[in-house]
Amino acid sequence: MAVLGAGVAEFPYLKDEDVVEVQRGPEPGGVGGAYRAFGETLRGLKTTMARLIEGPLTIEYPEEKTPVYPRFRGRHKLHKFEDTGLEKCVGCSLCAAACPADCIRVVAAENIPGDRVSAGERYAAVYEINLSRCIFCGYCEIACPFDAITMGHDYEMADYDRSDLIFTKEMLLAEPIERTPLRAEGE
Amino acid sequence: MLPIADTTVVEATWVMIVKSLAIFAVIFGILPLMTVLERKLIGRFQHRYGPNRVGPFGILQPLADVGKLLSKEAFRPANAIGTLFILGPLLPVLSGVLALAIIPWGNVQDGVGLYGIDVPIGILYFFAVGSIAFYGLLLGGWSSGSKYSLLGAMRGAAQLISYEVAMGLSLLGVIMMGGSLSLVDIVEAQGSLWFIVPQFVGFLIFMMAGFAETNRTPFDMPEADAELVQGFMTEYGGMRFGSFLLVEYMEIIVVSGVAAAMFLGGWMGPGPGWLDPIWMLTKMLGLVLLFIWVRATLPRLRYDQLMGLGWKVLLPLATLNVLVTAILVVTT
Repeated sequence: MAVLGAGVAEFPYLKDEDVVEVQRGPEPGGVGGAYRAFGETLRGLKTTMARLIEGPLTIEYPEEKTPVYPRFRGRHKLHKFEDTGLEKCVGCSLCAAACPADCIRVVAAENIPGDRVSAGERYAAVYEINLSRCIFCGYCEIACPFDAITMGHDYEMADYDRSDLIFTKEMLLAEPIERTPLRAEGE
Repeated sequence: MLPIADTTVVEATWVMIVKSLAIFAVIFGILPLMTVLERKLIGRFQHRYGPNRVGPFGILQPLADVGKLLSKEAFRPANAIGTLFILGPLLPVLSGVLALAIIPWGNVQDGVGLYGIDVPIGILYFFAVGSIAFYGLLLGGWSSGSKYSLLGAMRGAAQLISYEVAMGLSLLGVIMMGGSLSLVDIVEAQGSLWFIVPQFVGFLIFMMAGFAETNRTPFDMPEADAELVQGFMTEYGGMRFGSFLLVEYMEIIVVSGVAAAMFLGGWMGPGPGWLDPIWMLTKMLGLVLLFIWVRATLPRLRYDQLMGLGWKVLLPLATLNVLVTAILVVTT
């Protein structure tokens, strides 16, 4: 076998060579074959016993959850300003425009000066995300000019009814029950 | 009524009834636990836990399984042959239960033999009764009226002729060294040295044939869940299917029991006499663990490979073993 050149390193064999050398085991049969089969059986038994000693790798899911990475894209969250308590969303519908699955519905309304809902001129009177259509691509998060919508970490959203999967503004604004552990630094 | 065979110790009828009830209680208590043990161990061999939801450590899993099986319909395909189809799962159960009788749990203590029955033809009884199980397999597979079942039964027949001879020959060396066919006498003959040491080849051949006898991996071609969807069991449902499974475990216990008695010194072990059955059970469970370990390790052989192994390797080896043993027994 020739040494692999720099340009062909991605191929497991040489492109120009016609013959590929294949390593095959010895022919079965005969006394030698039986002896080898016996030896290989013992080797197999050793291998499985080693797995037994290593112990299970199962993560027992409902009790024990795989931690997610900080940038994991789970269920959406809507945000408020921490100091004023006003909603960040101004009802611009850019998220709905960016959404490839067309699962966001925004109906904007004018803010009344005495009773402001959002920091901007307008606010989202209706903000619904149909999670049964959402593909969790995160484009809404990127499209949003005010960081009003972000992707959270929750992924347990199974439900018995499709209509229950349409999340309204109140549900998205509410602080979600933290059900998903976050992966620690370097984990 | 004539006795079925000459028994070496005559016991009262009620003693025999109590004995058989005790054996039943113990074995049928172990069987469900064995299924859990197997599933849990196979899980561990594959880096997972196995059943651990039903009851503490999943120990009630067989109860749930049996409950499920009992609630299933006893389905019969339209083109199945009725009587034979029903007989299919019954014969192996009969064979397994009968074979349990000769496993020796201890010698005669206080006038009671700690075994179901000690017949002078001993190990022949095991072969005779054990072979009946295969009739169930063949009949069940053939009478199901399904091609998978028929293929499974065919493989079963092919398997049967390839291992039975080697299995019989593998025990012949032990019988010659023990000087008796009775399992009790053979265990007694192992007081100084277990027969696994001088008869190691015989032990290996017997265990390989035992894997084939119990339809266990690597010789589970009659079942072959991957390509034959359980083979001869395909058309069975509910508790009929369950009894096939039950028999598989019962056969494992029987083969382990015979192997323990023939090669591992049966009930021999340190401690007082009442520990004998526990020693026997320990040795049997050790062999059961071997069965599970092998199942977790080896892939299924093709059936021509099994026939090749049986006729070309095991049979000559067993014959050689018998010859050498015979010469040694005669000369010493």
